[in-house]
Amino acid sequence: MLKKYIKLSLKVLLRHKFFTFVSLFGISFTLMILLTTTAFLDHMLGPAYPETKLDRSLYVLDMEIKGPEISRRGSISYYFLNKYVKSLKTPEAVSITSFFQKTVTYHDGKKYKIAMKFTDAEFWQIMDFNFVEGQAFTKEDVTNINQVCIINQATKEKYFGNESAIGKYIEADWKKYKVVGVVENVPIIRILAYGDVWVPITNTKEDIVSYSMDGDYQAIILAKTKKDFPAIKAEFQKHLDQVEFQDDTYDSIRGGADTILESTSREMFGFDDSKAHLLFIIGIGLMILFMMLPAMNLVNININRIIERYSEIGIRKSFGASSITLVGQFIVENIILTLIGGFIGLIITFIVLTIFNTSDIIPYANFVMNFRIFGYAILITLLFGLLSGVYPAWRMSRLKPVQALQGGTK
Amino acid sequence: MIQLNNIDKVYATNTIETTALKAINLHVEKGEFVSVMGPSGCGKSTLLNIIGLLDSATNGEVLIDGQSVQKYGDIKLAKLRNQKIGFVFQSFHLINDLSVLDNVEIPLLYRRMSGAERKRKALAALEKVGLKARTKHFPNQLSGGQRQRVAIARAIVGEPELILADEPTGNLDSVMGAEIMDILMRLNKEENTTIVMVTHDEHLAKQTQRIIRLFDGSQVG
Repeated sequence: MLKKYIKLSLKVLLRHKFFTFVSLFGISFTLMILLTTTAFLDHMLGPAYPETKLDRSLYVLDMEIKGPEISRRGSISYYFLNKYVKSLKTPEAVSITSFFQKTVTYHDGKKYKIAMKFTDAEFWQIMDFNFVEGQAFTKEDVTNINQVCIINQATKEKYFGNESAIGKYIEADWKKYKVVGVVENVPIIRILAYGDVWVPITNTKEDIVSYSMDGDYQAIILAKTKKDFPAIKAEFQKHLDQVEFQDDTYDSIRGGADTILESTSREMFGFDDSKAHLLFIIGIGLMILFMMLPAMNLVNININRIIERYSEIGIRKSFGASSITLVGQFIVENIILTLIGGFIGLIITFIVLTIFNTSDIIPYANFVMNFRIFGYAILITLLFGLLSGVYPAWRMSRLKPVQALQGGTK
Repeated sequence: MIQLNNIDKVYATNTIETTALKAINLHVEKGEFVSVMGPSGCGKSTLLNIIGLLDSATNGEVLIDGQSVQKYGDIKLAKLRNQKIGFVFQSFHLINDLSVLDNVEIPLLYRRMSGAERKRKALAALEKVGLKARTKHFPNQLSGGQRQRVAIARAIVGEPELILADEPTGNLDSVMGAEIMDILMRLNKEENTTIVMVTHDEHLAKQTQRIIRLFDGSQVG
C-alpha cells in the first residue's frame, strides 16, 4: 500500500510540474536561507575556534559615558578596562584587546594589507588557538614591550612559504616584530579573535597608561564556571559605581559584563534591560516568518491539488477507501514533497556555504551546516505540510462518495 | 441480495427542497440482471447511488444480504463497497495519472493482498474484457469503449456479488455499447453476478431480466 502511495505521489507531483516546482522551491529556498543564516549566527555567536569557552565568557564591549556636553557609546579606553575590569577578583582571567586594525606592510618588494591586533597574554589563555608553530607571547613580553608577534598561517605562507616562521621578523605598523608563534587562521566573523598578526598591547602607539576614558578597547572575561556570572556582573557594577572621573569631560558611566548574546542585544537595543530578550524574540520571529512562507505556499498548493482531485477521491471511496485511508494517502504525499524539498535545500545550503568558505568574501570563513536546525526546519515544514494538506483532505474525505464524484458539490 | 424499504431522498438547500425519490420499495434477488429506466431527472442515478452506498437515503431502510446498513459508519460502509459492490459509471471515472493496470488494481488496494496477487487478479480481469494487451496504457490513450472496458475490469476485479452500472453505454456508439452490454450479460450468466443497470436505452433494457421504471422519483413499474 505504502509503495503504491509513494508511486502515486510521485506521479501526482510530476503531473503538476509547475506547482511542484513552486512548492519545492519554497521549501528548499527557505531551508537554505534558514540554514545559511544559522550557520552564520553559529559561526559568529556560537562556540567555535578559537572561542570555544563562550559558555564561560563575558564581554565588556559597549559602554556609555556621559558628560555635561558630550556622550559616547561603544568601546572604551585601555585605562578604564585596566583599572576597573582587569582588577576584578571573581574571574579566572581578564583580557584587554583592541579591534583589529588594517595596516600596510611590505615584504620582498610586495605590498600586503594585514589585520593587526593588540592584545595581552591573557588573551591566549582565554582563546583556544591552535598553534602550528611556537607559542603565545607572555606577560613579560607585554610588560617589557617586547616586539614579538604571533601570525596566522595565511600570513606565514605569504611571508615565509613552507619554511618555519619562528625567529623570523615581519614589519607591521612601522615596527619589526619577531615571530614567536603561528596559529591556524581565524575567520573574520569571530571578530574578537580575528587577526593576521597579534602583538603585545603595550606596543601600541597610543598612550594607554595615562587617564582617558576614550579608546577602542574591549575586555573579555573568563569565568571559572558559568555559575560565577552573577557574581562577576555584580562585582563589575560595584567597580562602575566607584569610577573616578579625573576631568570634567564625563561624569557618568553605564555598561555591563555581558554574555555574547546580551552584548549583541545591548548593541542593537541599547541599555534598557527590559529589551535584553528582544534579540531572541526577533530571531524566533524571523524563523517563524521564514517557515510561514513555505507553509502558506504549501497550503495554497495543497488546496488546489486537492480540489483537482475530488473525482479521484470519489473513485477511491466508491471502491472501498475509507476516509482514514485517504487521509493517509495525502499524508504520504506531503511527507514525500517535504522530504524532496528538504533534500534539495540541504544540497543548495552545502553549495552556498562551500562558496562562502572557498571564496574571499569572508576571510578564513569555515561555515558548518547546523544539522540540529535542519532537523527542526524539516519537522516544522512537515508539520505545516501535514496540517495544510491533511485538513482539506480530511474535510474532503468526509464527503459522501457521490459528492466527491460530482466534484465536491453538496 | 438488495432490499429497499420506503426509501425517500430529499435534497435540501436553504431555500428549496427537491424530492428525488419517494417511497421506493425494491427487492433484487441474487443473480438478477435488472435495468432501471425513466426520463432524465427521475431519480435513476440517485437510486443506484443509494443501492451502492455512495449516498444515504433521507428516510427508509437499505438492506444488503439481509443486513440493514443505515447505522454503518464510514469504515464499515467502505468495507462493504469494497467487498460486495463494483461500479461502472457513464463517464468511466478512471484516474488519468494511473496506468490501465493500476486503475484496475484500485479496489484490491483496500484489501489485504500482496502486490503479485493484485497484479495477477487485475490481469485476469483485463483479460475478461479483452484488454490484456493495454495494461501499460493510460486512460487518455484509449477509446471510449476501451475506457469503459477498463472500468468494467475494475468493477469485477474484486469479484463482487453486485455490479451497479450507471448508463454504461451512454457515452459510447452503438457498436461499442453492444460490446459492453455483451460483457455485462456474460458476467451475469457465467458468474451469476447481480447487476443493476440504469439506462435510457429501451433496447438494452429489454435484454435484462426485469425493468424498473421511475417517474418523478416514484416507482411506476
